[in-house]
Amino acid sequence: MKAKHQRLILVLLALAAVIAAALLALSALKDQASFFYAPSDVKREGLPLGKAVRLGGMVEAGSIRHLPDGISIRFVVTDGAASVPVSFSGIVPDLFREKSGVVAEGHFQPDGSFVATNLLAKHDEKYMPPQVAGAMHKTESLEQ
Amino acid sequence: MIAEAGLAALWFAAALALLQVILATLAVQRSAVEDMLAAVRPVAVVQGVLVILAMLLLIAVFVNSDMSVKLVVEDSSAAKPLIYKIAGAWGNHEGSMLLWVTILGLAGAAVALFERTLERKTLAATLGAQAAIALGFYAFLLFSSNPFARINPAPADGQGLNPLLQDPGLAFHPPTLYIGYVGISVAFSFAVGAMITRDVGPAFARAMRPWVLGAWIFLTVGITAGSYWAYYELGWGGWWFWDPVENASLMPWLAATALLHSVTVLATRDGLRAWTIMLAVVAFSMSMIGTFLVRSGILTSVHAFAIDPRRGAFILALLVIYIGGALALFGARVGTIRQGNTFEPVSREGALVVNNLLLSVILGIVLIGTLYPLVAAAFGTQLSVGHPFFDSTAGPIALVLVALMAIGPLLRWRRDKAGAALRRVAVPAAITVVTLVAVLVLAPGIGVLPLLGLALATGVAVASVAPLWGRDLRRTPLFTYGMVVAHLGIAVSLGGMASESAFNKETLVATHIGQPQHVGPYTVTLTGVRPVIGVNWSAVEGVLKVQRGGGAPYFLRPQSRFFSTPPQVTNESAIRTAFDGQLYTVLGNQDDAGRWQLRLWWKPFVTLIWAGGALVAIGGALSLLGRALRERRARRRDL
Repeated sequence: MKAKHQRLILVLLALAAVIAAALLALSALKDQASFFYAPSDVKREGLPLGKAVRLGGMVEAGSIRHLPDGISIRFVVTDGAASVPVSFSGIVPDLFREKSGVVAEGHFQPDGSFVATNLLAKHDEKYMPPQVAGAMHKTESLEQ
Repeated sequence: MIAEAGLAALWFAAALALLQVILATLAVQRSAVEDMLAAVRPVAVVQGVLVILAMLLLIAVFVNSDMSVKLVVEDSSAAKPLIYKIAGAWGNHEGSMLLWVTILGLAGAAVALFERTLERKTLAATLGAQAAIALGFYAFLLFSSNPFARINPAPADGQGLNPLLQDPGLAFHPPTLYIGYVGISVAFSFAVGAMITRDVGPAFARAMRPWVLGAWIFLTVGITAGSYWAYYELGWGGWWFWDPVENASLMPWLAATALLHSVTVLATRDGLRAWTIMLAVVAFSMSMIGTFLVRSGILTSVHAFAIDPRRGAFILALLVIYIGGALALFGARVGTIRQGNTFEPVSREGALVVNNLLLSVILGIVLIGTLYPLVAAAFGTQLSVGHPFFDSTAGPIALVLVALMAIGPLLRWRRDKAGAALRRVAVPAAITVVTLVAVLVLAPGIGVLPLLGLALATGVAVASVAPLWGRDLRRTPLFTYGMVVAHLGIAVSLGGMASESAFNKETLVATHIGQPQHVGPYTVTLTGVRPVIGVNWSAVEGVLKVQRGGGAPYFLRPQSRFFSTPPQVTNESAIRTAFDGQLYTVLGNQDDAGRWQLRLWWKPFVTLIWAGGALVAIGGALSLLGRALRERRARRRDL
């Protein structure tokens, strides 16, 4: 094989691999990026079923219910215009409380409720993605 | 006074970096390069001494709890234990940037002191490039992130260090990671130097290899240590979160790993010249992009300490100058890099090319996944990219790469027969299939990736030792052992990852005191809860009686710690390591009925993940030592 041809083939191979990777990545991103929703977004745009999403808002006053198993809770996330019931099993973050901002990671159920696998509460704000922190700031006006 | 001395040291170091750039430029243009080099070398060494002096003075300011220094006020407090005062010096934006620049300066000084084999002119150009990078980052420190800035009036006490960082990990993880992360700048400078003097060949590759290897070893150790730290400190039981900051350390590692393999092709067979130069540029570019992501305030995480848009713009400008400059130089000089040797597709070189392609593809995917949320945010869409994306894209490609890793070392250089190569991997392939079937029978219903991971891990573990078969073990060079151990480490780590994700057991309960709970092979009983006082925290400690089968019981003590400066609660997990995995326990809150929440995990063979990482680093060290010994012997022969 001539040297020039080999170089050409290598470059073409590399290019093909990189393009394939980019296409793979972008198509996967469409399905697997986890989008951020506020309760009124869901009301307006419908339920994003079958996807991992983040739901952000304020924990509605008087909405936290502890279930008898001692580890599960139910509460309502609201942004003033709409609200979503959320269930969660696990150890809640220290500053998770009513009338305070929360971001729940998880997915929606067909009945419109949300099953959270992870909760981020306000004190984590220093350590969360800015868009999430930003959404939490929006809920601050509701906390008054 | 100490703070002012530190600032002065930084200014002097910056001035010397400027001098170093000028002297190096002159050296490259003159014919009497030896004379100029005799001047460049000491300048580089003194610059390194000054910058480490600045770092030590910052540590001194922290140890003294000098509350007239702004940084100490913001990130320290007088009551903090000594180790966190020392390590706390880099537990903030300015301090960690100073550590960054310190490593950069020390790397340059090390090149000036120890590099003997590189062609003189290329060495001068390399030292010039290293100083040019340092100059930009000195400017960044001095003009937008001065760690020694004073505050007036000085408050009585500081605001304290983030409690999550108050862990021995802080003393170890950032310095090792940075030595690798910033140490890879040497490869970048070598590449720039070689492009300037048009000196790309096997001798250059042999000179560059130990520097790449050294940085890569530290990067490997830093990432492994960081993973274990996150695992036990966050209390989430996970060892890798695809957090953008983790990706920022993974990307240079992927590029450096590719570089390590391509530089071997260049050194041994004089092939892949332009590609190796390109990878050296890419590797440190990834470090700088990572620094930009972490330090610009675009991302916020436990690693990102301050948000100031001007800083982001500053680093972005440096990024554009250095990466753009290097790529422009590459574009201008790529035509003059002579074509290296060719090879057949089925050969060691061919396998290494595919290794490089796959590593580059993984790197591309991680880069896209990391940057995409930022791009989307610029268009007003809020989203995050995590586990599901990276697992389904990078995961399968990584498995292919690992499979290839089993075959590559068994191929001959230049040309090999496909049939003969396949016979050599027959035994490992058979072992892979046997494991696959065994896992399917014994543990039906496990995920596809963990299944393939387990099967490949066993096969590849055997295949990675295969290059030693039939060799005289005493006469086998140390660097061959290095390769074997590093590849074995990858297999071991993969086995741990697959096992953890396939067989992880979790129990989440609210338990009364004295009520036994079960997780995996363990019985865990909360026997009591008591208060504990630490130096700067108080805690609630659960006392767990743990028993495995009929074995002797022992106690684990997970805590929920409350720090007052700043006010924050951390969950300190308690972990028991057995030969076949770890029991991981976290204490939660008490409910109205008086029950305590407990989160228990049994993670079979999870320790293999980090043991594998350690093996990879040890393999790198053996390789480095082996090459050094061989070079020394070669030099002795020449004398």
